[in-house]
Amino acid sequence: MDMSRRFCLGLGLLVSALLAQAQTPFIVMASTTSTEQSGLFGHLLPAFKAATGTEVRVVALGTGQALDMGRRGDADIVFVHDLAAEEKFVADGFSLKRLPVMVNDFVLVGPAADPAKLRGKDIAGALRKLVASGSSFISRGDNSGTHAAELRYWKAAGTDLAAAKPAGYKECGCGMGPALNIAASSGAYVLADRGTWLAFKNRADLAVLVEGDTRMFNPYGVMVVNPARHPHVKAALAQGFVNWVVSPAGQAVIADYKIGGAPLFFPSAGK
Amino acid sequence: MSAALIGLQQATVRFGELLALHPISLQIQRGDRVALVGANGSGKTTLLRLLNGLQQPSQGRRVLHADVADGRRPVTAMLFQRPFLLHFSVRRNLQLALWLADVPADVRAERLDQALNRVGLQALADRPARSLSGGQQQRLALARAWAVRPDILFLDEPTASLDPSAKREVEALIDEFGHDGMALVLSSHNLGQVKRLAQRVIYLDAGRLIADLGVDDFFRRQDLPRELAQFLKGELSWT
Amino acid sequence: MDAFSHSLGLALQLITQADVTLWRIVGLSLRVSATACALGAVFGLLLGAWLAVARFPGHSLLVGLLNTLLALPSVVVGLIVYLLLSRSGPLGALGILFTPTAMVIAQSILVVPLIAALSRQLVADALRDGGDELQAMGAGRLLSAVLLLAHERLAVATVLLTAFGRAVAEVGAVMVVGGNIDGVTRVMTTAIALETSKGDLPLALALGLLLLAVVAAVNLVLGLTRRPGGALAGLAGAQ
Repeated sequence: MDMSRRFCLGLGLLVSALLAQAQTPFIVMASTTSTEQSGLFGHLLPAFKAATGTEVRVVALGTGQALDMGRRGDADIVFVHDLAAEEKFVADGFSLKRLPVMVNDFVLVGPAADPAKLRGKDIAGALRKLVASGSSFISRGDNSGTHAAELRYWKAAGTDLAAAKPAGYKECGCGMGPALNIAASSGAYVLADRGTWLAFKNRADLAVLVEGDTRMFNPYGVMVVNPARHPHVKAALAQGFVNWVVSPAGQAVIADYKIGGAPLFFPSAGK
Repeated sequence: MSAALIGLQQATVRFGELLALHPISLQIQRGDRVALVGANGSGKTTLLRLLNGLQQPSQGRRVLHADVADGRRPVTAMLFQRPFLLHFSVRRNLQLALWLADVPADVRAERLDQALNRVGLQALADRPARSLSGGQQQRLALARAWAVRPDILFLDEPTASLDPSAKREVEALIDEFGHDGMALVLSSHNLGQVKRLAQRVIYLDAGRLIADLGVDDFFRRQDLPRELAQFLKGELSWT
Repeated sequence: MDAFSHSLGLALQLITQADVTLWRIVGLSLRVSATACALGAVFGLLLGAWLAVARFPGHSLLVGLLNTLLALPSVVVGLIVYLLLSRSGPLGALGILFTPTAMVIAQSILVVPLIAALSRQLVADALRDGGDELQAMGAGRLLSAVLLLAHERLAVATVLLTAFGRAVAEVGAVMVVGGNIDGVTRVMTTAIALETSKGDLPLALALGLLLLAVVAAVNLVLGLTRRPGGALAGLAGAQ
């Protein structure tokens, strides 16, 4: 019956078309949703491709998942912002070296009217006032770099979350964007990275209330997955990215990325 | 030539607790024209399916006798009260039947045309089979059967759902097939039809074979078994 | 309601602007899901046909399992396929994680239970009508089941359309095994998820409307093939 023959031919063509992957050399990068949503990659990666011809395929997850992806060998390179977790990654032998690339900062965002009176430059003090006021606070609760930072600040404020969560503390287990969405629609406070905040469009009446505390600086590091652990890793191409992004050329591209005239990230290679 | 085609040897059929057919032994010979008669639930449909092979015997055997001349097994075909036709054209339904019966590819086209001509459906060959009238559909079923050159044609109430003129057309074709040499095994409520088509009548009651007689004896003898006599009295007043 | 009318306007804008990136995403959605349905159809239809006719101890358990798999969350399928295709997993050496191929595999697994469960019912119902007759013509049980699938091809087409809907609208599986990589594995649903998480709700909604519009167009084209003069009508007899 020629119907079935035609069907098989069509099926075969479809499958082979899908299987014929791009011929451009590429590496897979595990990074975070906040970095992707800041829009940095749309600016940085085309510049890298123009300079070296290598394509970077970004899989954006939470920091914890991104590092897991590196451990499993499903990524060639990891680009996240959780220094403690990254140092453990290197110590465990999944990467040979972590290199600093850039820094951005966290900001505490909340309703512009600021009912809990948190406005200022001291994050620990702000969180103490938040507990006292009982206002709503949205935690990402997703093992991300932002979540890890948040937990450090609670500790600095003297709050033991394991013992007792403050009234109004809500964990969403979600990314930065959804957390901001929830805060915007329910008038709650939330810790965000400045990059995602600047790119976020659904602000309602949210505003930056606490910023500039040195503890709120958020360093980003890049690590090539150790080829000794995962032989198939494209170590040479991945190292090519590392070399470029810490070079003056790469650092300039990072500094050049702005939203509304304000830069999101500050180059920090070699510091 | 009376060659045995299909035989049953003490065959019974049991559905769970129910014994639908008590042990039966009989033979269908080449050229036989047998009618199975009985009330609803008498087991005549079960017997028909048993003979055709759609139903396996719970005990006993069904035997297919190889032809003395060329050693091949008897070919069978069956007609149902409402023929099941596929959502394809008349032609394609016939092609399928020929393919399922393993008719050699080189003779299929010829057989198909002959079958269509035999039942008078050549003008409708490319129409959707389901768009045909009841009588035409049953004629297609007959063409489907005829195309595979069966030694025996089984028929389960073939005209029960047809209007009177279609009934006559279909009966006439069945009669012709019988004259062409096909053995006929017909289950029917219509005693007039039985008189017209059968030479031998088997009467069943509650799963038992009560009588197996020539058609004349069946309708005219005085010393029939009690159940049969009562059945005929009841039925005949309606024919 | 303001957000909805804003999104509707955005959706129309997206269509008329014919942005290359957007149409690439739409194309990938359609290719991945259509391929997954084609693959799923091969396995699902055969599985469904087989289950409709097979008789073995544990048959009803298997059917129960199949019906339960209808509720398999897409993200769970994604996770299972991810763990299989991960470099640390059994099939890691294939290196197809985060490619459209992995997405096709995940979506195929998702739709097979759907296609199998629905076609099993379809075939079982059709067997009640025509199983006896096909058997009498010489078709074995599995062959009868496959023939009935061809016979009920319009119902089968609806089943496949249902499967396509499930595939093209799911986000859990393709997100996990594809990684939503810009320009490589980003499809409509993962793009919608991304815009939602970025807070750009009007755009997310507009993309959702666009997805529906594309599927409506696909349905329209398929519907045309069923009318007289279309491709399916060439198989004379399609009702």
